[in-house]
Amino acid sequence: MEKVLMKGNEAIAEAAINAGCRFFFGYPITPQTEVAAYMAKKMPKIGGTYLQAESEIAAINMVIGASAAGARVLTSSSSPGISLKSEGLSYLAGCDLPAVIVNIQRGGPGLGGIQPSQADYFLATRSSGHGDFHMIVLAPNNIQEIVDVTQKAFDLADKYRMCVMILGDGILGQMMEPAIIDASGNTGAAQKPWALTGTGGKRKKNIVNSLYLQPEELEEKNFARYEKYKEIAENEAMCEEYKTDDADIILVSYGATSRICKNAITMARAEGIKAGLLRPITLWPFPKKSLMARADGAKAFISVEMSMGQMIEDVKLAIECKKPVALCSRTGGIVHSPEDILAKIKAVNGGDFS
Amino acid sequence: MSIVFEKPKALSENIFHYCPGCTHGIIHRLIAEVLDELDITGKTVGVAPVGCSVLAYNYFECDMIQAAHGRAPAVATGVKRVNPDNIVFTYQGDGDLAAIGTAETVHSASRGENITVIFVNNAIYGMTGGQMAPTTLPGQITQTSPYGRDIKQAGYPIRVCEMLATLDGTAYAERVSVDNVKNIRAAKKAVKKAFTNQVEGKGFSIVEVISTCPTNWGLSPEESLNWLRENMLPYYPLGVYKDKGSESEAQNG
Ligand SMILES: Cc1ncc(C[n+]2csc(CCOP(=O)(O)OP(=O)(O)O)c2C)c(N)n1
Ligand code: SF4
Repeated sequence: MEKVLMKGNEAIAEAAINAGCRFFFGYPITPQTEVAAYMAKKMPKIGGTYLQAESEIAAINMVIGASAAGARVLTSSSSPGISLKSEGLSYLAGCDLPAVIVNIQRGGPGLGGIQPSQADYFLATRSSGHGDFHMIVLAPNNIQEIVDVTQKAFDLADKYRMCVMILGDGILGQMMEPAIIDASGNTGAAQKPWALTGTGGKRKKNIVNSLYLQPEELEEKNFARYEKYKEIAENEAMCEEYKTDDADIILVSYGATSRICKNAITMARAEGIKAGLLRPITLWPFPKKSLMARADGAKAFISVEMSMGQMIEDVKLAIECKKPVALCSRTGGIVHSPEDILAKIKAVNGGDFS
Repeated sequence: MSIVFEKPKALSENIFHYCPGCTHGIIHRLIAEVLDELDITGKTVGVAPVGCSVLAYNYFECDMIQAAHGRAPAVATGVKRVNPDNIVFTYQGDGDLAAIGTAETVHSASRGENITVIFVNNAIYGMTGGQMAPTTLPGQITQTSPYGRDIKQAGYPIRVCEMLATLDGTAYAERVSVDNVKNIRAAKKAVKKAFTNQVEGKGFSIVEVISTCPTNWGLSPEESLNWLRENMLPYYPLGVYKDKGSESEAQNG
């Protein structure tokens, strides 16, 4: 297998194609446009479909149709576009349809800015549309991992019949690194007897629907879906741990920010402060068990995030507030410097948890 | 004795939930007859809207999907692009198609998406209890235009067939009515053509059906039909607004 130098956004597109995705519906928005551009170039050459929709709302509804018809399907956007897709995300959940959604986050709220951000953490893990539901949220931090989680996203989506969001940021989207795309890991699309392909006069009709007018029936549906979520929380949480074994202070950080944390940890250790990093790769399910396992050994945690204190809630919940959790925020498109994080580590080390 | 009239096979055994005298039932039947006659039920996928016909997925014997309010043409696009051999139709009310879903309607038409759209225009929001629709007539009283639709304040009704006929992507647009036997026959012909066009790969076809809502118009079924004739047909003239396949259109330029 040969390593190829790839941009993050292009790696997502190529890995999706490798995973058997032949349908892409999108609407242009910075900083994810390369995903769409790559698909526009590639899909017609391999018998696939690239369609530029009239809006993100239309795009996600095309995704719904394509998924209901049994295909592996991808859409990608950035924060304001994901807001528009949230109606469709809720319908996908209500219809138990698999799909992969990419969100290369930018600063908000409103039109915000086009620089990197992690301010859609709540949107991705909590409120990606109305009703009781979850998406699996994957947050890679390097190009090889982007490739790997993209492949995995399609498998998980099919396995659990639900949406998987790949949550990135402008840095990851634009960054270039060598990576291997291994076709041998491609399991291909699962059997989908529920798909709308026409009865052919041979089977009963299939209905894809999220309407349940009887409350008892709807409650039962939601209970069943949450049983599935429980199983996912049990089996699919992923994280990376870096120098956590002896760490007094554990940084919790995902995506591009987690890379900067590693520099800060090296600097802190040079000054005699034992710092480490626990990096969630799945944001939902959040790697609660791994964090809890570190709650006794560590003195404090720091949530390092390009948002105003969103993931920190999950950190506190995961360790059941056993230890202080400080917040190290940059926002609006400003990326942490290693010095920003080092300063926070030092403050926490000195007992200031603000 | 031979059977001369029976329920189309493409209609299920489920009993319609529509109000007495509502013309949704007639329109369902026409679609089902066409599916039978073209023998395409087995390869058809229908898209139900949000509106009174939300439960249409219970009535047609083909694969069905229920779309969010206004999004049926986008959902249909996704289904059709994956399996172009399937016959894909949407069934939508005026609020669904011409208000919240206007963008999806216009753009699926302009893409020339090879789907069939059955558009039920009853000049009102039926399901939510009779509010003003984009097709509510000037002066028409509804729950949210209690003094009659005031065009100065609420603007004008949208004539969907005329609007879509201007788009190069629209292959066929016809407005029909189901207020009497003659018109029902003409409506059936139009529905059949709209499906046949798709079978032949001709592109976006829409049939607008002028329809009644006795419940929310506050009229008896018979009065409703009269109201439709006297008020709707003058504002929404019946006829073919676009037929790419026909020579007459070529002659008319
Ligand atoms: C996003 C959203 N907005 C509003 C509604 C509420 N709603 C349900 S049906 C409907 C109007 C339907 O009217 P129409 O499309 O004319 O169909 P009809 O009921 O008359 O057949 C509305 C506004 C909804 N379900 N979803
Ligand atoms: S409310 Fe109106 S459109 Fe809806 S079923 Fe009743 S009569 Fe028909």
